[in-house]
Amino acid sequence: MSATSYTIVNLPDQRTATIPKRNYLNNEDGLLSWLFTGDHKRIAILYLISITFFFFIGGAFAGLIRLELLTPQPDLVASDTYNKFFSMHGIVMIFLFLVPSVPATLGNFLIPIMLGAKDLAFPKVNLLSWYLYWIGGLFTLAALVLGGVDTGWTFTTPLSTHYLNTHVVTAATGVFIIGFSSIFTGLNFIVTIHRMRAPGMTWFRMPLFCWSNYAASILMVLGTPVLAITLVLVALERLVGIGVFDPTKGGDPLLFQHLFWFYSHPAVYIMILPGMGVISEVISTFSRKRVFGYTAVAFSSVAIALFGFFVWAHHMFIMGVSNYSALVFSLLTMLVAVPSAIKIFNWAFTLQKGSITFETPMLYAFGFLGLFTIGGMTGVFLGALGMDIHLTETYFIVAHFHFVMVGGMLMAFLAGIHFWWPKMTGRMYPESLSKLAAVTTFIGFNLTFLPQFILGYLGMPRRYHAYPPEFQVLNVLSTAGATVLGVGYMLPLLYLGWSLKYGAIAGNNPWQATGLEWQIQSPPLTENFIETPVVDHEAYDYEWLAHKTAQEVTTVG
Amino acid sequence: MDNAIVATHPHTHETAVAAEHEHIVLPQHRHHFETKEQQREAATFGMWLFLLTEIMFFGGLFFAYLLYRNWYHDAFVVSSNQLSIPLGAANTAILITSGFFMALGVWAAEVQKKGLLVLFLVLTTFFGVAFLGIKAVEYHEKWEKHHIPGAHFDVSEFINPQAYGLKEKPLAPDMAQKTQVFFFLYFAMTGMHAFHMILGVGLLFWLTWRANRGEFSSGYVAPIENFGLYWHFVDIVWLFLFPLLYLINRHPGS
Repeated sequence: MSATSYTIVNLPDQRTATIPKRNYLNNEDGLLSWLFTGDHKRIAILYLISITFFFFIGGAFAGLIRLELLTPQPDLVASDTYNKFFSMHGIVMIFLFLVPSVPATLGNFLIPIMLGAKDLAFPKVNLLSWYLYWIGGLFTLAALVLGGVDTGWTFTTPLSTHYLNTHVVTAATGVFIIGFSSIFTGLNFIVTIHRMRAPGMTWFRMPLFCWSNYAASILMVLGTPVLAITLVLVALERLVGIGVFDPTKGGDPLLFQHLFWFYSHPAVYIMILPGMGVISEVISTFSRKRVFGYTAVAFSSVAIALFGFFVWAHHMFIMGVSNYSALVFSLLTMLVAVPSAIKIFNWAFTLQKGSITFETPMLYAFGFLGLFTIGGMTGVFLGALGMDIHLTETYFIVAHFHFVMVGGMLMAFLAGIHFWWPKMTGRMYPESLSKLAAVTTFIGFNLTFLPQFILGYLGMPRRYHAYPPEFQVLNVLSTAGATVLGVGYMLPLLYLGWSLKYGAIAGNNPWQATGLEWQIQSPPLTENFIETPVVDHEAYDYEWLAHKTAQEVTTVG
Repeated sequence: MDNAIVATHPHTHETAVAAEHEHIVLPQHRHHFETKEQQREAATFGMWLFLLTEIMFFGGLFFAYLLYRNWYHDAFVVSSNQLSIPLGAANTAILITSGFFMALGVWAAEVQKKGLLVLFLVLTTFFGVAFLGIKAVEYHEKWEKHHIPGAHFDVSEFINPQAYGLKEKPLAPDMAQKTQVFFFLYFAMTGMHAFHMILGVGLLFWLTWRANRGEFSSGYVAPIENFGLYWHFVDIVWLFLFPLLYLINRHPGS
């Protein structure tokens, strides 16, 4: 069987038409066996449930925001309540969903298996990360229940330290703790990738998913502590009342901006890089080809991580950084588009002349390609100094980062969840419903955020709960889109839940993919591999897979 | 760090018997590592990465310090004169001594001398606690002089030093206010450092207890080694804090 003549076999192979009797899900029973587990796969499932919970909380706030903006008048809520809505939407979505989403769920589940290891290097630290995530999440929820935060997710001083009487300290404590969850996850991944690779699994045989998570981990380990100390200073300033950031007491709010964005710009890449890894896997599998320019794609992840640390001041062009440094940061910001473009072009070349099939993960991946490209291109607009000054703090910015974060990251997350769902649960999801969900999400997304580009260009500022009547048509469109988008997100929740019990049995390798994770049973054993695999082929080597499959057929036949 | 996951060398029949006799469960080789060497390397590498995050963590504070020192140079000079060089120097000496005993402790663990290991760990703890004691004396003095940032902070000493018998150059009132920024950074930086010391002393008690049970005398030394790295890191942070806060450029124009 040659690589090009492959057909995707969704039906399970008759030899393995049952869920394996022994797997990581049923190895031990009872709630406690989950709460004290050291198994990276179980921790991934714990994360998946938790992250989904917080995603829908963040989503509910998004819905309320869009509902308020349906009409120009502030008729749903008062301005301070509206401020709390968008602050909680931002804090929950960024820190509790986007940052941990792919690394903590798919990364946790897959990285050890992809490397041929039995677990992450530090299983207890991994479990601790999940507990820290929840403790931080509970602090954030507490801030919400006690009366909310209205600083926006950026905790900008001196607004956050002196002029607001809300629960900034509680929320900042929450984010501080979640930060350590993220640091420990990153640390675990780096050590695992350096030290736990199976024999023959060289750096350049690693799946690109591992490379991109590796790059994101570097950012987590180096960036997050800076955010942590910044939030400590904000909390101290609020509690003690002295001014390290307060200009009336000799402090400098710009210092806060520098420290905050030193983390938070790289954080954008923490969010998007793992998603790019998912896309590499999905595109390769469904076009039956090795990722074009594997090395370039691998190194571009690291390049994005490095550049990511040198562009933070583009968030501060209008806040009084000098013209000279603004120009330098403008240039550096444009440079970060280069490794992103390398990835996009290499994915395009991978698709070229591939035997493409449009399975659900591939639909999401195509959605990612389109939306992320628009998000990235508008980022170049904003990197240009003059354009930025016109567009900053308008809905153009809102649309831009939602295209990157939601259009990019969330599409990649959904692509990954669908792609690896058969491996995680042993069951398939219903095909037509999932395709419907992918299309609904794509349409809903564009309807929500394309009008916001125009609104921003026309000058509608972000973070206001009322607006001039001439903006209403576009806002109504956007709110309608948000409704469609909401349906697009609810659908997978329903049919994936359904598939847990009623889905068709998936078999080991429903997509005929090459990764090590597809060569073991679904769902995997607790120890992943009975014998440590010896890797003798490159990632995405379909010739090797064809050869292996042919051999198996001979053996069985 | 997860100390329990680190490597144990294959313990001999004698140590296994001894362990069984004293009802000690020696930490086992974890199932997910191929070899004990791999396990030990992973633990050490993880510790170094953790220390890297600590450097970034303190880095934010050092960045703030450098910025404000440039802006409010005069206020920083006058405020740093309020710190006691003898106490700071004594603390530096004490902390280096403590680090010295920690290094000896790592050596004692590696040559499998249980008694020496416990002794060195106790000495490390003793000097660590002595450091914290001196820090408490210094903090108390700041409290009495109203140099703790916040509502009770008093700048009159800096505006009119003669009235307090000081030989400082008087500061203009707005510059005198900036001394509060210095003291905030002083407390934030030394406080963060002291917090790491307190955690370290807590871990030392725990390690001493385990060392006394003989856990680290059979070739399983990674927890001691990794704690040693942590303790030396905390020492090194102080070796930056002492000159920056206490020593450099105490006399304007000199």
